[in-house]
Amino acid sequence: MITLTINQKNYEVDVNPDMPLLWVLRDVIGLVGTKYGCGVAQCGACVVHLNGEAVRSCVTKVKRAQGGKITTIEGLSEKNDHPLQKAWIELDVPQCGYCQSGQLMSAAVLLRENPDPSDEDIDAAMAGNICRCGTYLRIRKAIHLAADMQRKVNRT
Amino acid sequence: MNHPSEKKLHYFLHLKVIVLIAVILTVVVLTTSAFKDSKTVMDIAVYKNAVTDSTESAEAFLQVYKVLMSPRCMNCHPAGDEPLQGDESKVHTMKVQRGKDGKGVYAAKCSNCHQPENTPGLHTPPGNPKWSLPPADMKMVFQGRTSHQLALQIMDYNRNGHKNKKQLLAHARDTLVKAAWNMGEGRKPPPLSYEAFLKAWDTWIQKGGYAPK
Repeated sequence: MITLTINQKNYEVDVNPDMPLLWVLRDVIGLVGTKYGCGVAQCGACVVHLNGEAVRSCVTKVKRAQGGKITTIEGLSEKNDHPLQKAWIELDVPQCGYCQSGQLMSAAVLLRENPDPSDEDIDAAMAGNICRCGTYLRIRKAIHLAADMQRKVNRT
Repeated sequence: MNHPSEKKLHYFLHLKVIVLIAVILTVVVLTTSAFKDSKTVMDIAVYKNAVTDSTESAEAFLQVYKVLMSPRCMNCHPAGDEPLQGDESKVHTMKVQRGKDGKGVYAAKCSNCHQPENTPGLHTPPGNPKWSLPPADMKMVFQGRTSHQLALQIMDYNRNGHKNKKQLLAHARDTLVKAAWNMGEGRKPPPLSYEAFLKAWDTWIQKGGYAPK
């Protein structure tokens, strides 16, 4: 049995320690907000946070996550009110939406480490998250907006 | 009055002392000139009594150089701030950046994709717990260096990650260095076996760490 802490809740799963974390999240636990894209860490659809870092869950074996703190898109905020989620809604960022949970999870790490990112910072953080609908410009705009929102919250 | 044979003995003793001093001076001058571009190497105490051989050492480095310039080593010792990838040493996709500590930036950190072990499958991310580039303040560039330049760089305490002779010898045994021979599916290994590389590395350093001309 492997014990996982996901979105501040403990789960015991009876799986092969080499199973990708994504499989455990989606097929064993039922947290399907995280998506399967390429399966080889090339697209970013499967990004979740492991101890605060934006790991690609399709290549992260579940044994690496044991004892760590996992956050999925379902746990990014309590009421879907993370500044990024609000900005995403305000600017209508998604088109088909498939890649967006990965985009948000990557952007959340960027904003945590850099509360006022430049376009270059955003590109450096987000270039590994592919969007086939080409929503990149809206994603960039929404990250700037979320950064503004975050700064206003921090000021008050 | 001295006996003629005593005179002869004194003469030979003086000659011996002169020859000895000349030999010592020659060795000191030659050794110093060999490292004139890399002064710090002379500061490393462990070199004091080393039995050096400039020809053997430089020849061994030429073997080492083949490995260091292979994609398996050079891809993470790029001239720029983006790693290289594949057997063609192309700039890494995803705009991956070195970052201050060499471990990437923001959501694009090395260990987000590069796991503690190789990921199964063709051209999937190779893995190692230490996967990273050298840090921004000590880039240890291999790409574009001649064998002469690279040998001097590696022997220079101020440009080699502050490693002395003992640490350099140990570095070749590091798991991240060894990972070059566990390259994952779809990648060529370095041109020498790990054992041959280690032998050449040790010979190069133990024989004086000379740079090929």
